[in-house]
Amino acid sequence: MTPSHAAVSAAAAAEHGFLSPTGVEITFLLIGLVTFGAALVSVTTRQLVHAALWLVVALGGLAVEYLLLTAEFIAWMQVLIYVGSVVVLLLFGLMLTKAPIGRSPDADSGNRWAALLVAVAAAAALVWVVVDAFRTTWIDLDGPAAGSTRVTGAGLFQNWVLPFEALSVLLLAALVGAIVLSRRAKAADAAQQARAGGAAQQARAARDGQRPAEEGKH
Amino acid sequence: MNGVADVALRLLAVFVAFLVLPLLVGQTEHKVMAHMQGRLGPMYAGGFHGWAQLVADGVKFAQKEDVVPAGADRRVFQLAPAVALLPYLLVLLAVPIGPGSGLVGQVLDAGIFFVLAVMGVGVLGSLMAGWASANKFSLLGGLRTAAQLLAYELPMLLAAASVAMAAGTVSLVGILDAFHWWWVPWQIVGAFVFFVAGLAELQRPPFDMPVADSEIIFGAYTEYTGLRFALFLLAEYAGIVVLSGLTTVLFLGGWHGPWGADGLGWLWTLLKTAVLAFVVIWLRVSYPRLREDQLQKLSWTLLVPLSLAQIALTGIVKVVIS
Repeated sequence: MTPSHAAVSAAAAAEHGFLSPTGVEITFLLIGLVTFGAALVSVTTRQLVHAALWLVVALGGLAVEYLLLTAEFIAWMQVLIYVGSVVVLLLFGLMLTKAPIGRSPDADSGNRWAALLVAVAAAAALVWVVVDAFRTTWIDLDGPAAGSTRVTGAGLFQNWVLPFEALSVLLLAALVGAIVLSRRAKAADAAQQARAGGAAQQARAARDGQRPAEEGKH
Repeated sequence: MNGVADVALRLLAVFVAFLVLPLLVGQTEHKVMAHMQGRLGPMYAGGFHGWAQLVADGVKFAQKEDVVPAGADRRVFQLAPAVALLPYLLVLLAVPIGPGSGLVGQVLDAGIFFVLAVMGVGVLGSLMAGWASANKFSLLGGLRTAAQLLAYELPMLLAAASVAMAAGTVSLVGILDAFHWWWVPWQIVGAFVFFVAGLAELQRPPFDMPVADSEIIFGAYTEYTGLRFALFLLAEYAGIVVLSGLTTVLFLGGWHGPWGADGLGWLWTLLKTAVLAFVVIWLRVSYPRLREDQLQKLSWTLLVPLSLAQIALTGIVKVVIS
């Protein structure tokens, strides 16, 4: 954010309060509650596929929040990548292995309290950092969109181009790693088969080899 | 005209188009397929060449019993048709049919991404239907749907990105404003990739492996009856309208035409869309169904490299002319 923009934001912050919320702010809060609720149900439900579908609601709610903050490009990217691809991949994985209708008694873990602790700690850290960083930043929702594609693109490729490129190298490394892992698994299984043979192992090898490959493609 | 009435009028127009155009495509499919196969097709409903056949079909579907299998996941099963259909309605909102901001439901800053993102959501409906039916054919159909989407989403996105690079904007209205006639030969490979990937995403023949009626009995829709089944069919035809419209807007210049672009731009859009919809129907009659491995191979070894080559070509030409 440029200094002049920050000055404008600080000036704007002075005339804003928390006691007279606008319509957009109320909508933002309500959508936030829905998103939070969907996320909670998604991790607590015993029905595996329902968990994935509640995840769609949570991720979609997040996209709506981006939209309310005028970041249209990021909102559609959120839908495209997370709802359109990641959740489809999750459902694909569930259907490929087992997709029981109704409750799964084993869809629980002894680690739930540790997981809760980590989640609360992570949430607290994030909320603290974000509140501390953007306490006095206000977005002017009536003016030209502060999160339009042009602004986002300029910000990404002018101010943040180094982290962006570092991230893409990281993703490329992950992609190559996934391919290498899946190939090694296939070779090891083939060697095992040559020794032991058997149709059951063949089926397992085909399945084990296929799953990392699917992740790698993405 | 004041704001509220304007918005209401636009929504109404899009809704009417959403209800009428898919039925038109469906009726055309009945007649075109029939004549290509040496038949007459529907001739009685409505009197003149069976024009009311799909209205009669709709009445029939509405009268049928709405059955939910005993072992199914009731709520997901009932919700799935809506999830499959509504995204296409939303996409139609963003497709401009004429010049300016007057002939588009809603001008969006990142129109291309909106359209592709929302179209991807529609496939969730098939996945939900495939899983919730508690039927192994449906589950197979759902699996194939997911595999197909994962394979074809990437080339579609890359082809669209090529046009966005050429126009220097991701807004559908902006792309049409920047269009010149020589874009058609320049982006023709991208157009091919986009159209083929779109057909695969709609699960239209020859990419109808997920619904292959002769082997897995209509896949994810096996257990559906009555209105909910009709909604899935409507989603398929709305998908044809949306895909043809998008290909028109992105690659064929939308409302641009050799003459009369000022007043009759919307007619050019509709004409090009109709021609593409005819091609979709034609392909159904002419090509046999691709096998699952052929489907995947076509995407990963032909469409993805082609779309990457198109992006490289777009980049080179863009740098040379600027």
